[in-house]
Amino acid sequence: MPDIALRAENLERRFGGLRAVAGVSLDVRRGEIHAVIGPNGAGKSTLINLLSGDLAVTAGDILLDGRSLRRLGPDRRGRLGIGRAYQKTTIFGASSAFENARLAVQARAGRPLALWPRRRAEQATDGLAEAALAAAGLAARGGIRADRLSHGEQRQLEIAMVVAGGAHVLLLDEPLAGMGTEEARTITALIRSLKAGRAVLLVEHDMDAVFALADRLTVMADGRVIASGSPQEVRRDQHVRTAYLGHGDPG
Amino acid sequence: MGGPPQRETPRPLLPGHGSMDLQTFAVQLLNGVQYGLVLFLVASGLTLIFGILGVINLAHGAFYMLGAYLAYWLTAATGSFWLALAGGVAIAFCLGLALEQLLVRRLYGRDHLTQVLMSYGLILVIDEARQILFGKDVHSVAAPALLAGGIRLTDLQTYPVYRLAVCIFCLLVAVGVFLLIHRTRIGMIVRAGAENREMTRALGIPFDTVNRTVFAAGIALAALAGLVVAPISTVFPGMGDGMLILSFVVVVLGGIGSVAGAAIGALLVGLTDTFGKVFFPSLSSMLIYVVMALVLIWRPTGILGRREA
Amino acid sequence: MTAPADRHSWLVLALLLVLAALPLLAPGYYVQFATKILLMGIAAMALNLVVGFGGLVSLCHGAFFGLAGYVLALTAPRYDPAALWWSLPFAVAAVALVALVIGALSLRTRGLYFIMVTLAFGEMLFYLFQDAGFAGGSDGTFIHYKPELAVAGLTLVDLEAPAQFFWLVLALAAGVILLLRHLLAAPFGRALRAARDNERRARALGFPIYRLQLGAFVLSGALTALAGYFAAAQFGFVAPQMLGWHLSAILLVMVVLGGLRTVAGPLLGAAALMGLEEVLKLATEHWKLVEGLAIIGIVLVSPAGLRRLATAAFGASASGGEHLAAPPRSTAEDTTATDRSIRHA
Repeated sequence: MPDIALRAENLERRFGGLRAVAGVSLDVRRGEIHAVIGPNGAGKSTLINLLSGDLAVTAGDILLDGRSLRRLGPDRRGRLGIGRAYQKTTIFGASSAFENARLAVQARAGRPLALWPRRRAEQATDGLAEAALAAAGLAARGGIRADRLSHGEQRQLEIAMVVAGGAHVLLLDEPLAGMGTEEARTITALIRSLKAGRAVLLVEHDMDAVFALADRLTVMADGRVIASGSPQEVRRDQHVRTAYLGHGDPG
Repeated sequence: MGGPPQRETPRPLLPGHGSMDLQTFAVQLLNGVQYGLVLFLVASGLTLIFGILGVINLAHGAFYMLGAYLAYWLTAATGSFWLALAGGVAIAFCLGLALEQLLVRRLYGRDHLTQVLMSYGLILVIDEARQILFGKDVHSVAAPALLAGGIRLTDLQTYPVYRLAVCIFCLLVAVGVFLLIHRTRIGMIVRAGAENREMTRALGIPFDTVNRTVFAAGIALAALAGLVVAPISTVFPGMGDGMLILSFVVVVLGGIGSVAGAAIGALLVGLTDTFGKVFFPSLSSMLIYVVMALVLIWRPTGILGRREA
Repeated sequence: MTAPADRHSWLVLALLLVLAALPLLAPGYYVQFATKILLMGIAAMALNLVVGFGGLVSLCHGAFFGLAGYVLALTAPRYDPAALWWSLPFAVAAVALVALVIGALSLRTRGLYFIMVTLAFGEMLFYLFQDAGFAGGSDGTFIHYKPELAVAGLTLVDLEAPAQFFWLVLALAAGVILLLRHLLAAPFGRALRAARDNERRARALGFPIYRLQLGAFVLSGALTALAGYFAAAQFGFVAPQMLGWHLSAILLVMVVLGGLRTVAGPLLGAAALMGLEEVLKLATEHWKLVEGLAIIGIVLVSPAGLRRLATAAFGASASGGEHLAAPPRSTAEDTTATDRSIRHA
C-alpha cells in the first residue's frame, strides 16, 4: 500500500531474559490514527520507545517510507519526520510556550545550529512557531513560562511542538493520561485535527477516546499482537473481549 | 610533582630499553601490581563515595596526602610505624565522620558543580592546614624494622620486603572490601542504598548512619593508602594531586560505583604505567590517558559500569 | 529562557567603558592587575558557555588556557617578538583542535564521568609539558618579548606599554561579551540551552546534541585560548602550573560567583575573587585557608544566596535566574524583545 508511512517488522526487544516486545508487526498509514491498546505491561511503551529510537531494537526492523531506521538515533529520526509526545509531558519548562514552539521549528529548519542566522530565516521560524501555537489553541499563551501552563495546556504545547517540528509521523504516548474531562475533550479534538496528511500512532488507556479517534486498532498482550483491524473488527473479536476488554461493552 | 612517588624506585636500571629477561619482567610485573593495588585502595574509596552517595569528591587525593603526612608525623611521635598506621586510619575515619556531618551531608542530591566547588574549597583548606601543621618539607619514613631489607633475586637485583608486604596487605584489604560489599548484610544495605534510596528508607534502614560510614570509610581507605606508601616514597605536599587524577582514571576505566571495576582499572593503570616506563619512556606519562581514551571509545561508562538504556 | 540577563551585560559593558580611563588615573600596578582580572574574566566567561549555558562541568579549561600560552612561547622567535596577527590565530586554532579531540571523547560521557574525563585529559596536557624536554619541563619557559601588532612595520598597538596592553584586553573582553550575547540569542545558543534544560526533548525534536555540545566546547576552548595567549604574553613566562586543573577549578568558582546564567557575570566573579585574594594575601600568610573556607561558604549558600547577593548589588533586574520562583506578573520578562514584538504584531 502506497500510503504506509511507518512500518514495524517483527520488532523484538529483550531486557535480559524478558521479551518486552516479541515480534510485533504493524503499519501506520498516512491520514490515519492507529491506536495501540493493551493491558499494563503489554509492551506498548517499549514499542513506542523502539519506534522513536529511545531504545535500541534487539531484532526486527522499522521502516519510514521504506527506509530502515534501525541504526538511527532519536535525533536522526526526529529530523526524518518522526515526532514524539511522551507519557510524562516533556517540554522546556523554564522557557516560554512560544520559545518551546520556536525550538521545535528550529530543530527541523535548514540550519538548526546557525551561529549567524539570517533575519528572514529567523522571521520565518518565529512565524511557524506562532502558527503552531495557534493550531494547538495556545495563541494567547505564547508568553507564559511553560511550567506555569495548566497540565492540559502543557500537553497541548508538547503536541504543538511535535507538529511544529514538521513531523509527519506522530507517536503519542497516553496523551490523555491525567486529564480532566474538559481537557481530554480539547486534546481529543486536537489529535483528530492532526491526522490530515500525517500518520498517528496512539497509545491510550481511555477506551472512549480510542474508539472515538482510531481508524485502526492493534491490541497487544505480553509483548505480542493479539488482534489488529478496524475498531469494529476488534470490538467483535472474541479473543480480545475475553483477554482484554473484559465482559463489558467498551462502547 | 613528578607523578605518584612510588614510581621513583631505586632499583638498578635495565640494560637498554625494550629488552628484558624473565627475571626483570617479573620484577616489573610485581612493581606494576603493587602500584595498582595502592591505586585500588584510593580508587575504591572514591568509587564507593561516587556510587553510593552520588558525590564527586575532588579532595580524595588530599586525604591520601594527609595519610602520608600522618605516617611521618605519628611515626616520629610514637616511634612505631604500626602505631602510626592504626592511629592514622583512626584519625582519617573520624575526620571523615566529622566532614560528612559538617559539609558533605549538604551535597547529597545537589548538582555536580556544587560538589566540585565545595571539594575544591576543601582541598585548599586541607593543603593549608597541612602547611601549618607539618610545613612544606619533603619527608621520608623508614620502613618498619620487621619488614626492612630485601629478597635477593639475582646477583644484581633484590626486591624490598616492604614492597612485597604492601602487595599482600593491599590485596587483603581489597578482598576484605569486596567481601564486605558483596557478602555481608552491611554490604547489602549499602548496595541497596545505591540502587534505590526510597526503598532503603522505606525499609527503615538508618540511611544517615550508612552514608556517614561510607564516606568515612572511603576517606580512611585513601589515607590508608598514603600511610602504607609513605615508607616506599617520599612524603611531599603535591602527592595528593597526582593520585587524585589517577584514581579518577581508574574509576572511569572501571565504571562508577563498581569495586570490581576499580580493581581492574587500578591494575590496568598500574601495569600500563610501569611497563610504559620501560618500553616507551618518553611517552609513559601519556600512555594511561591513551588507554582511557580507548576505553571511552569502546565503553563510555567503563568496563564494568552500568550502560544507559 | 531569556536572552540571558541582557541588562546585566549592558551594565558590565558600561563599566568597561568607564574602566578605560584607568591607565590615566591609576599607577601601573593597578593597570596590570586590572588586565589580569580581565583576562581571567574572559576565560571564565568562555568556560561559562559550556558550564552555565551548556550544563557541562568541564575541568580541562585551565589546560586550554595554559596551552595557548605554550603555543605562543614555542612559536615565538628567540630574539624577536612574535607577530600577533599570525601567532594569535595559530594559538587559538591549535587549542581549538585539542578541544575538538578532548571534547569528542569526553562528550561520549555524561555527568560525573564528563567531569572526571575532562579533568584527566587536562592533566594529560599538564604532564605532557611537565615531563617534556621541549618546553623547559617543570621549570617552564620565558617569553622574552610581547607579541607585536604591526602592519607594514607600523606598530598599531604597542603591547610592551601596559596601558595599551590593557586597552587591547579591555576591548577584547567587551568583544567577547558581545559575541557570547549574540551566539546565545542565535539558534545555536537557543539549542544549547534547550539541550541543557531537557536533553531528551531536544534530542527527540531532532537537535544533533553531540555536534551541538561539541561545537560549544570547541568554541569555549578557543575563547579560553584567547585569554591564555594574552595572559602568557603579560606574564612573559609559561610553566606547567598554568595548565593545571586548579586553574580550571578557580575559573569555575568565578563562574558560580558571577552567575551561571549570565554572560558577563563571570567577569565580575573574576574581579570579586581576585580582589578577595589580593586582600587576603595582605592580611594573612595562610590566605588559601581563608579562601578555601570562603569557597565552601559561597557554595553552601548558593545558588539561592548568591542570587540574593546579586540582586542586592545590581537591583532586581540582574537576577536572570531560571530557577527563581518569580511572581506571575514577571512572566513578561521571560520572553525576549523579539517575542514580545511578535505577540503584539
